[in-house]
Amino acid sequence: MSLSRTIDTPEIEEALAAGTTIRKHVLDLDDFSREEIHDVMNSARSMKEVLGRDIKKVPALRGKVVVTLFYEASTRTRISFEEAGKVLSADVINMSASGSSTEKGESLLNTGLTIQAMGVDTIVIRHPHSGAPYLLAQELDTVNIINAGDGLHAHPTQALLDIYTVQDRLGGLEGKKIVIVGDVLHSRVARSDIWGFAKMGAKVVLSGPTTLMPPDLLLASNSIIQSTIGSLVEFDSDLDQAIEGADVVMALRLQQERQNAGFLPSLREYIRRWQVTDERLSRANPGALVMHPGPMNEGIEISNSIAHGGNSVIEDQVTNGVAVRMALLYHVTTGPTQLD
Amino acid sequence: METESLVIRQARIIDPSRDLDQVGDILIGNGEILATGSLGSDSIPDGTRVIDGTGLVVAPGFIDLHCHLREPGFEYKETIAAGSRAGAKGGFTTLCAMPNTDPPIDNAAVVEFIQQKARQDSKVRILPIGCVTKGRKGYELSEMEELASAGVACFSDDGDPVFDANLMKLALTYSSDLGLAISNHCQDKSLSCNGVMAEGPVATHLGLDGIPAAAEEAMIARDIALAESTGGRLHVAHLSTAGSVPLVREAKDRGLSVTAEVCPHHLTVTDQWVLGGKGASASVAGSLAYDTSTKVYPPLRSLNDVEALIKGLADGVIDCIATDHAPHDLTSKQVTYQDAAFGISVLETALGSLMQLVHESKLSMVALVDRLTLGPAKILGESYKELATLQPGTTADIVIFDPEHEWTVDTSQFESKGKNTPLDGTKLKGRVVATIVGGTIVYDGPGLQFQAEKGRA
Repeated sequence: MSLSRTIDTPEIEEALAAGTTIRKHVLDLDDFSREEIHDVMNSARSMKEVLGRDIKKVPALRGKVVVTLFYEASTRTRISFEEAGKVLSADVINMSASGSSTEKGESLLNTGLTIQAMGVDTIVIRHPHSGAPYLLAQELDTVNIINAGDGLHAHPTQALLDIYTVQDRLGGLEGKKIVIVGDVLHSRVARSDIWGFAKMGAKVVLSGPTTLMPPDLLLASNSIIQSTIGSLVEFDSDLDQAIEGADVVMALRLQQERQNAGFLPSLREYIRRWQVTDERLSRANPGALVMHPGPMNEGIEISNSIAHGGNSVIEDQVTNGVAVRMALLYHVTTGPTQLD
Repeated sequence: METESLVIRQARIIDPSRDLDQVGDILIGNGEILATGSLGSDSIPDGTRVIDGTGLVVAPGFIDLHCHLREPGFEYKETIAAGSRAGAKGGFTTLCAMPNTDPPIDNAAVVEFIQQKARQDSKVRILPIGCVTKGRKGYELSEMEELASAGVACFSDDGDPVFDANLMKLALTYSSDLGLAISNHCQDKSLSCNGVMAEGPVATHLGLDGIPAAAEEAMIARDIALAESTGGRLHVAHLSTAGSVPLVREAKDRGLSVTAEVCPHHLTVTDQWVLGGKGASASVAGSLAYDTSTKVYPPLRSLNDVEALIKGLADGVIDCIATDHAPHDLTSKQVTYQDAAFGISVLETALGSLMQLVHESKLSMVALVDRLTLGPAKILGESYKELATLQPGTTADIVIFDPEHEWTVDTSQFESKGKNTPLDGTKLKGRVVATIVGGTIVYDGPGLQFQAEKGRA
């Protein structure tokens, strides 16, 4: 197998070509095998090396056009995709719903068809509706789609960068205890992370208000969870108990509007029961990693001292996000036609 | 009206109104059924056209208590003309049209418009359903007596529930001397919230807001209590959860005037279909996931619900099958799942999909025919029973179908303007061969074979 497009070091080229599953789209993690996740991790490692150079530029995607199509606000995801594309020499065009024809009522599908007609290679889409990337993948013929977060459904690139971060720090995920705290019900990050972590052999324990847990996620009858990740996710509303012996603690963003919608009696009570604090973290394994997908509400789901303390790998997550997105952009955009 | 003479020879005649299931002949003339049984040649008038009924079933024409014909107001989704052709193709001879039109059917003028349109455009009988509340807004009762006099089949605000419990109580009370049922779309919207599919593992996996079964069951329980206190006639539209079945069973056991219908898709399709694999036990969302043709209210539910509904239908707790035919234009479905319109185009696939239950021995053929004919006719009232029998001397509304005919659903061949069905491309076994309304063949499908006319051979 050889790549007609080369990165400027043979090691990277080799790493990228080895055992790589070729996929047209990244819509969810649920169709990634463990092997494919390993492949992405290996590619991301090579990409991270590029990011450490003085001149962060390789010609891997020269002549390719990537559009970031964001229907929701975003700082880190959009910028990291843009940076990832630019480091790989792709031309990256950023488009957000405001200021575009969406404001004139253009449908998602017609926007997608318009972008396709311009000869764009890859669309990175974020959308408030679950499944929006699937609509584009189903209706567009030539464009590759990467899901940068859709509704409550999935945020596969976030999960992959989280896996990367844990692997990088702890050497692997097999047998590790990962506690995810907070609003799982409304979190696409949690959905993808649960999937990815469990797939890689970690034990996932959820904690938070029962009103913010998807009830059927925990049911023994959930054949989807059973058959794909082979184990059940656990839930313990008592964070002090859940956090015992954890290797990783991830706090999820708590949107303040959840209180108005009746999911919570008050933020005060949430903070008392589920804020990740120094005291609670002391129950975890020494050296446990603290993660957060961002943006953080410091002082609500996570205390300031934890967010910026020695266990926090929150900034690592951001750095690794660029590397992982470079790997995915490369795989998807070069595509099968580039390989023989 | 002068109609031709027809005889169907050697068909399996199923007439639940007379507990009849036998092979024989059926003679039609002057728009009526003239005779059934083994008819000798001398009892057939000269010039009678002969249909070879070998291997076919002849039954009273199907009656659909619940469909959306969209006219007036939404002619880009469906018209009375197209909807009636779709009905005829599906074996339906009577369609009850839900009043969520624009304007809604909340006064006699709109009823008369639909009746006029039906006379002009429709091949089958169209019975408008009147709104329970003015403008279908849920605040004030419609002029129910005026609607009843104009000829509505029953009352419903379908598409929306009669949400206010006191108003539902008043509607049941006020209409109790009109002899017509109130068909309620039972959905407690404070529980269904922004839900777009059934609550459950598939919804969680896809990140779609779930609709809990309790949203339906809570309102059915409420309405049963109101039916009991008022003595009104309650009909539960599109019952869809396992938990709703015992509620209706218990109400009937207590002798209340409560009836219920179930839709073909809730008997044959599960929420797994939203994953895009046409119900294959997929554990991952394939690239075809979020198939908006599966978005319907009530939502497609679990296998457990489907099995309970089939059992409830077989037991007779659920009185009838109604299609909830809800055609939509392509644009309303070519959007995200959240934005997509609720509804499935059902009329043309109903029999084929329901025959699966018969082929799998979950429902007898006689019960299936009963739930499509006599079951709905009883809910409409005494005078409609004539449309659900093959008794000589009654109106010749008849369906002829081939229970073994295998075919592949191709929405491009639909008569309905709504091509929105998850069954597109699937194989069904069982297909309508001909539909006869008032003695006239209004649909003549594949497999209809005429022999030489009697006396002109």
